[in-house]
Amino acid sequence: MKKDIEKLPQDQFERIEIDSSHAERIEKPSLSFWQDAWLRLRKNKAAIVSMVVLVLLVIMALVGPHLNGHDGAAQNLRHANLPPKMPGIEKLGIMDGVGNLSGEKVDLYAMKKVDEYYWFGTDGLGRDLFTRLWEGTQISLLIAFVAALIDLVIGVLYGGISGYFGGRTDDVMQRIVEILIGIPTLIVVILMIMVMEPGIGAIIIAISITGWIGMSRIVRAQILKYKNQEFVLAARTLGTNDSRIIGKHLMPNVLGIIVINTMFTIPNAIFFEAFLSFIGIGLQPPAASLGTLINDGFKVMEFQPYVLLFPCIVISVLMIAFNLIGDGLRDALDPKMKD
Amino acid sequence: MSKILQVKDLELSFHTFAGEVKAIRGVNFDLNKGETLAIVGESGSGKSVTTKSIMRLLPESSSEFKNGEILFDGKDLTKLPEREMQKIRGKDISMIFQDPMTSLNPTMTIGKQIMEPILKHQKVSKAKARKVAIELLNMVGIPNAENRYKMYPHQFSGGQRQRIVIATALACNPQILIADEPTTALDVTIQAQILELMKDIQKKIDTSIIFITHDLGVVANVADRVAVMYGGMIVEIGTVDEIFYNPQHPYTWGLLSSMPSMDVNEEKLYAIPGTPPDLLNPPKGDAFALRSEYALKIDMEQPPPFFRVSDTHYAATWLLHPQAPQVEPPSGIIERMRTFPGSRYYEATGGRA
Amino acid sequence: MVKYVGKRIIYMFITMFLIATATFFLMQTLPGSPISSYNKLNDNQKAIVEKKYGIDKPKPVQYAIYMKNLAKGDLGTSFAFKGKSVNDLLASRIKPSFILGAQAMVFGTIIGILLGMIAALKQNTFWDYGSTFFAILGISIPSFVFATLLQYFVASQWHLLPVGLWNDGWKSSILPSIALAMGPLALSARFIRTEMIEVMGSDYITLAKAKGANGFEIAFKHAFRNALIPLITVLGPVAAGLVTGSLVVEQIFAIPGIGEQFVSSIMVNDFATIMGTTLFFSAFLIVVIFIVDILYGVIDPRIRLSGGKA
Repeated sequence: MKKDIEKLPQDQFERIEIDSSHAERIEKPSLSFWQDAWLRLRKNKAAIVSMVVLVLLVIMALVGPHLNGHDGAAQNLRHANLPPKMPGIEKLGIMDGVGNLSGEKVDLYAMKKVDEYYWFGTDGLGRDLFTRLWEGTQISLLIAFVAALIDLVIGVLYGGISGYFGGRTDDVMQRIVEILIGIPTLIVVILMIMVMEPGIGAIIIAISITGWIGMSRIVRAQILKYKNQEFVLAARTLGTNDSRIIGKHLMPNVLGIIVINTMFTIPNAIFFEAFLSFIGIGLQPPAASLGTLINDGFKVMEFQPYVLLFPCIVISVLMIAFNLIGDGLRDALDPKMKD
Repeated sequence: MSKILQVKDLELSFHTFAGEVKAIRGVNFDLNKGETLAIVGESGSGKSVTTKSIMRLLPESSSEFKNGEILFDGKDLTKLPEREMQKIRGKDISMIFQDPMTSLNPTMTIGKQIMEPILKHQKVSKAKARKVAIELLNMVGIPNAENRYKMYPHQFSGGQRQRIVIATALACNPQILIADEPTTALDVTIQAQILELMKDIQKKIDTSIIFITHDLGVVANVADRVAVMYGGMIVEIGTVDEIFYNPQHPYTWGLLSSMPSMDVNEEKLYAIPGTPPDLLNPPKGDAFALRSEYALKIDMEQPPPFFRVSDTHYAATWLLHPQAPQVEPPSGIIERMRTFPGSRYYEATGGRA
Repeated sequence: MVKYVGKRIIYMFITMFLIATATFFLMQTLPGSPISSYNKLNDNQKAIVEKKYGIDKPKPVQYAIYMKNLAKGDLGTSFAFKGKSVNDLLASRIKPSFILGAQAMVFGTIIGILLGMIAALKQNTFWDYGSTFFAILGISIPSFVFATLLQYFVASQWHLLPVGLWNDGWKSSILPSIALAMGPLALSARFIRTEMIEVMGSDYITLAKAKGANGFEIAFKHAFRNALIPLITVLGPVAAGLVTGSLVVEQIFAIPGIGEQFVSSIMVNDFATIMGTTLFFSAFLIVVIFIVDILYGVIDPRIRLSGGKA
């Protein structure tokens, strides 16, 4: 505090004009909610890697069945129960067509005089597992996406209407939900699937029939939270009509949580499809889904573990990827985490 | 008067996503025994960070002392091991926070929370600690303390909770009490009660108080001395009269002018233009220059040193340099200075115009 | 509080009634007859069997009889296990399911809480990433995938534990319990981590620190309790997950529990058993959720049920 006062050049002490509007300038570039969220998401390595993995899996689900020229439905008993054999990798000592035959390691391809490569091996009917795996992934993803879409539409509409209009409408709608939510999902899903003709449609309906409730509750809670906040009241005071308040003021705020929730509905649907197919009441043979493939693999696990292994890996990676993306989105979109 | 706490050239940075935020950029002040020092400033001026750094309550992972020392009881608190620091917190230095609604543990009875520092720092039995806790509750004005002692925080009102927090802070008769905007979250009538309580207590136990606030009305009410902070630095420090009636820094002028007053009939309340500096890239010279109508050329290049106004009054502005031009403070400030002996506008004969 | 509990109990009965009714009529629309497995019988014998199970009467009468019996706690007679009552069937199979569920629950939650605490207290370190990754695996990998992999590697390849069945004492319960525990483990680890991080950032933790409390006291005396209370709310999903898991895990390890029986009764269209088990599971889950809500209100002094929860 006790610095000597030094002599400074006099011109330094000229007064200057400060344009005070200059000081109001905002230093940081302004970011929209979604730009900001994207910047955050981009920093989340796990979520980004998961996105890449997911895109790869979706591409494989679409093109995979056509990659190696085998038909997933074609049975060829002469080629049954062949272990995986992949060109290139076979030289590493894995996936080289060597399998167990009564306790001994034998090159089954040589023994059965098979010249083709079955990358992931064949099942007991001689069907190519690589092709079937990606066909199954395709079906599982299809079921999951459609089920999630149905949940999304019904859940957002139901929750939105209930929350926005409130009053008697909300009362009646919430009494219904309160009863429905008491019914365990698993029970509903199993009962529905038993009643309907087995197939993709039945599974989708069974999963969606109560799936939307979670979404509707979240949307309602959010709408209730925002609709009485000052910015909405302000808009209302200015004479904004309902549809504009919903579209311009409420939806952008609720959208984040809808996206997050959908990201968790999808893996849930994948799980239920696989679960149903695994216990034998989902898709019926010869149709393939990840669940039926795992079920097939489980039956022959002792002798042909590869039949089980590949669909297990795919479903696990798929579920992990969706969960990590969901987590990443939640962190990115949750304004509470903002620093 | 003995100095109980000395803060010297304190510099502290936060490491964030965006880079290094220089939250405190060279802070100096002393705290005398038994006095109340108010630190005032806008949000983000570094007043809370300064006190939290005295208590070492900032997250160790993201904050870093860059320079300086905090001397207490012959020890430099910036370098003390965490274990030693724990012995000081709550015993020698304790703290009251802004929001009483969130600063009590909701799942612990208030009695337990008050007893915690007593049991931690003093070798006393539980029964004795309970007696002390009930005495404290009585002292801070919680009626029926013997019964309410077993209640949970949600069973008390905001004002009562702040009284409980104060009781907790006083549990070990601390030498320094840091109050971080203790009345901001309360209703005006409750504010006054809490301020009265703090003044009473200070008389009773002779503790020193650091009082952080952005409310100059509160400052006038409680403080002996005032430090004005801006952009992570103290820009002016002096006794409460010196700051209120002979302010020297343009920022202090701005703060005082923006305070609503009863006896001046101004049509419009003064507002300081602009926003506080971005401490990620602090300005080179005087941090306030960009918002000041009194800026000098040198303000853009060199930060001003402290100039002495009196033995107790210092201000960091180039306007006090002998070579600086005389400037005319805002009229409201001149009014104030007229009443202060020693100011250049002092009118021995006139009181307030 | 009493009013709230009463309202909840009424809702529970309405829900159970709806489930029972829906289950009954859904069963009637099922393709195939409950006695299709008796197809060697001639028409006369079939009529006798139908009469014995009461399925010769008109549907509304059957429904009335079913509901009347249900009110007395009688779940009817199994078709597949000739003459055995569903109550007896469930009773004979509840023990393995209960043991597995309880072990999975205790093991899963304790390890989960530990992992969550470690992750939160060592935020952004190797420990945090490790336990978070583990939790993600637990949440993502379906229980039946995990169970089959455990069975393949631990039991049939390395021969460390029995492959299945319920005849090797405690040893046979280890693998299925672990497979079931993954869900509760992952859920509680994630939950505790988030809660702890949030609680550790709250003002009262800073105040506790300002009172001179050390890291251990802050984590356990102040933060842990506050983070643990909301964990009760995941018990509902955890219980649902355990029931779902038990259907497949019991099947995979060939454990004579209720889940395994449910799946096999679906396979043979054993209506009475399907309905009985469905109602049993529903009642279990509904009661769990009810208890969770009540407990939450009792334990946390902040929560007032009248205050309307979001």
